[in-house]
Amino acid sequence: MTEPVLQTRGLVKSFGALRASDGITLDLRPGEIHAVIGPNGAGKSTLIKQLSGNIAPDEGTVHFLGRDVTALSTMARARMGLARTFQVSALAMEDTVLQNAVLGALGAMSSPYRFFRPALKRAELRGRATAALERMGLAGHAATVVSELSHGQRRQLEVAVALTLQPRAFLMDEPMAGLGGEGSKQLTGILDRLRAEAPILLIEHDMDAVFALADRISVLVYGRIIATGTVEEIRRSPEVRDAYLGDAS
Amino acid sequence: MTPILIAEQVLNGLQSGVMLFLMAAGLTLIFGVMGLINLAHGSLYMVGAFAAAATAVATGSFLLALVAALAAAAAAGALVERLVIRRLYDRDHLDQVLATFALILIFSEGTRWIFGSFPLYLDIPQALSGPVTLPGGIQYPLYRLFLIGMGLVVAALLFWLIACTRLGIRIRAGENDREMIAALGVDIARLYTLVFALGAALAGLAGALVGAIQSVQVGMGEPVLILAFVVIVIGGIGSIEGALVGALLVGLTDTLGGIFLPQLLALFMEPAAATQTGAALASMAIYVLMAAVLVWRPTGLFGARA
Amino acid sequence: MSREGLLNAAVLLALGLVPLAAHVMGEPFTITLATRAAILALAAVGLNIALGIGGLVSLGHATFFGIGGYAMGILASHVQDYEPLFEWPFLFEGSTSMPLIWLLAVLASALAALLIGLLALRTSGVYFIMITLAFGQMFYFFSISWSRYGGEDGLSIYVRNGFPGLNTLDPIQFFGLCYAVLCLVLLGARLLARSPFGLALGAARQSPDRVQAVGLDPKRLQLVGFVVSGAITGLAGALFADLNRFVSPTMFSWQTSGEIMVFIILGGVGRLFGPVVGAGVFVMLEHWLGDMSEFWHIWLGLLLLAVVLFARGGLVGLLAGRGRAHD
Repeated sequence: MTEPVLQTRGLVKSFGALRASDGITLDLRPGEIHAVIGPNGAGKSTLIKQLSGNIAPDEGTVHFLGRDVTALSTMARARMGLARTFQVSALAMEDTVLQNAVLGALGAMSSPYRFFRPALKRAELRGRATAALERMGLAGHAATVVSELSHGQRRQLEVAVALTLQPRAFLMDEPMAGLGGEGSKQLTGILDRLRAEAPILLIEHDMDAVFALADRISVLVYGRIIATGTVEEIRRSPEVRDAYLGDAS
Repeated sequence: MTPILIAEQVLNGLQSGVMLFLMAAGLTLIFGVMGLINLAHGSLYMVGAFAAAATAVATGSFLLALVAALAAAAAAGALVERLVIRRLYDRDHLDQVLATFALILIFSEGTRWIFGSFPLYLDIPQALSGPVTLPGGIQYPLYRLFLIGMGLVVAALLFWLIACTRLGIRIRAGENDREMIAALGVDIARLYTLVFALGAALAGLAGALVGAIQSVQVGMGEPVLILAFVVIVIGGIGSIEGALVGALLVGLTDTLGGIFLPQLLALFMEPAAATQTGAALASMAIYVLMAAVLVWRPTGLFGARA
Repeated sequence: MSREGLLNAAVLLALGLVPLAAHVMGEPFTITLATRAAILALAAVGLNIALGIGGLVSLGHATFFGIGGYAMGILASHVQDYEPLFEWPFLFEGSTSMPLIWLLAVLASALAALLIGLLALRTSGVYFIMITLAFGQMFYFFSISWSRYGGEDGLSIYVRNGFPGLNTLDPIQFFGLCYAVLCLVLLGARLLARSPFGLALGAARQSPDRVQAVGLDPKRLQLVGFVVSGAITGLAGALFADLNRFVSPTMFSWQTSGEIMVFIILGGVGRLFGPVVGAGVFVMLEHWLGDMSEFWHIWLGLLLLAVVLFARGGLVGLLAGRGRAHD
């Protein structure tokens, strides 16, 4: 079996009396889309923040590319190639699409402390940014200011910025949030092709997308993973039916 | 250095601390409830002092002067809130800073226009003047004791107001969740005017009380305002307890530092150099205190942890 | 050229031509006013890097303005008094050479900005405003109590410092020098705004989460921006001291911090020429309104209030329309 790209062991995180993560162990293997689903309040956001490094777990470890990154900052993990998209778009709204993508390229090349030649005239940055935009079908909007983009285009730009990092793994926090049927279908197609490049840990509410994309699904309830398996296994799992439907059968 | 001197300086520090608390409490309340940074709070302090001085000249009554200070500052606060401040609640901090900076210019120049550039003097009332002898043989000005007492009484009233009254419940609710109290049918606009006027009244009272031991002049409010900011940074924004603890810390550090640092340095240096260096260092003491708190707890002693 | 570009060129041209005309007509006072405007504009161009690009509402930029001023005052006063500044490890008698004074002013204010920034950037939002204001006040009180350099009374310098090849006592030549510095710094600020650093700093203001997620440290970007910003304002302080041949604690006062910020708002936040327009308008108002009424600050206050409440793009915004350039 190939070594997992991203792996957690026994993650515990409490807020007061609430155990938002209660011993979470999961892994993300090369080439797969691993979806984490669960009802509201199950602790999905807390999990992704521990993976990205925004909050530190009380117990347990996170390994990325075989290295223990539990104590590393968000920035350090991003530089190693862990690319994150946000549930609520976190983009520089006054800047253009191209400028946002160039920001990603800047981060990837760790070269922000250059003060003279314009960022957009630097071939290495611009090339990387444009390539990512083209893959997301945003090349025609390069000069558009982000605040004038549609919601769906912003979701695509989120992924494009992540792509500029040439990541080794993606963390995607509800990329389909707020998308209509058509937009959702389009993004599903894009993510489907992306998995060959780097595996995706996908947190998502849109079950159509999850069932269409996921190689494996983990179900998170009250901070615990109650089941992990293929789409079919999860569909049939009595624990999952129980948790979701309150179905005692 | 005698114990009596130390006790006197501690009392002085307490006195300046409780007066700072009156300023800082209003500021922190206004920030906590409305999310507004108000640079013009020092102007309300000045309004209170001028109202008190003018009333004392006209009536000869110190009590009436205090009442006038409270009323004038509260009225000025409510007026400014209605005309300007309420347009700033959903603006960013930069707009708030600039608009309230503009208010300082208007208040200061307006006051200079009415009262002229020369300082006014507010006399300590007969009944409160002169020294008293405290246990241990300490001679201490009665009026300063009165200030400490007043400050503590007002602080206690404020804590009671926040903890036990309906207004207090609404204020605390407003700090937590604005939409919620609006949904519960509380008139937000009126609550905000009330909170702002309350903060203004506290500032005005402090201005009048301190005005009797310093001169009443244009520009008197801003140094106090900046000290109150230091208090809030130390105590934590939005916390009344933090404002009290921070104010006492700043008052004591400032007073004791000014007296003892030169004496401390005199142990190592020539007297003249010690006096000079000591004074220079003492003027920085509270900022060093603030820096230390920032390193230790960036959100202040009583602030919510980020 | 865009409308804003035309406006900028017109402003720069006017600021250059008015003193020349005044020189020809023999009105040195107008030249002094223009010099004052150019220097204050320079101070505000500095603040605009922290404020306009980085979103750092610093209410303590008088600190750097004052440090620049005192750098000039201290260096020149030692020469004036024939009292070496220090004798160990080498003899240093002070200096009346502008390039050296500028260099030391820039280094000293950058160092101060680094220390204040390290502390103030542990927080954000209103804390940042209050802390920068408080440290400004600390320097103000320190300068008052530092009697070696004049204390409350300030320090008069009877010489004007020299610049190689120029007669700096001639108002028009001194103006030309200040104008050249302003133009160079404006060019630098324009490059900086479009550089990788400017892009990243602007993103750190708009979305710090995003900046972190691409592996950059928003606090460090802001710190560097704050230091660059403070250094430029410090340079302006040194020039201001030379213009007046006088430094005093007033340079450190909170009003000075407020005024530097006011220039930016009058002109337009985040606009390259906002500070220049704002400082120019401020100096004109100060001159004309100050002549008409002793209480001209009331009118300044009302104008400022009107701009903040109703014209958020400042004067450049009014004249050139909203929106920024994105090239």
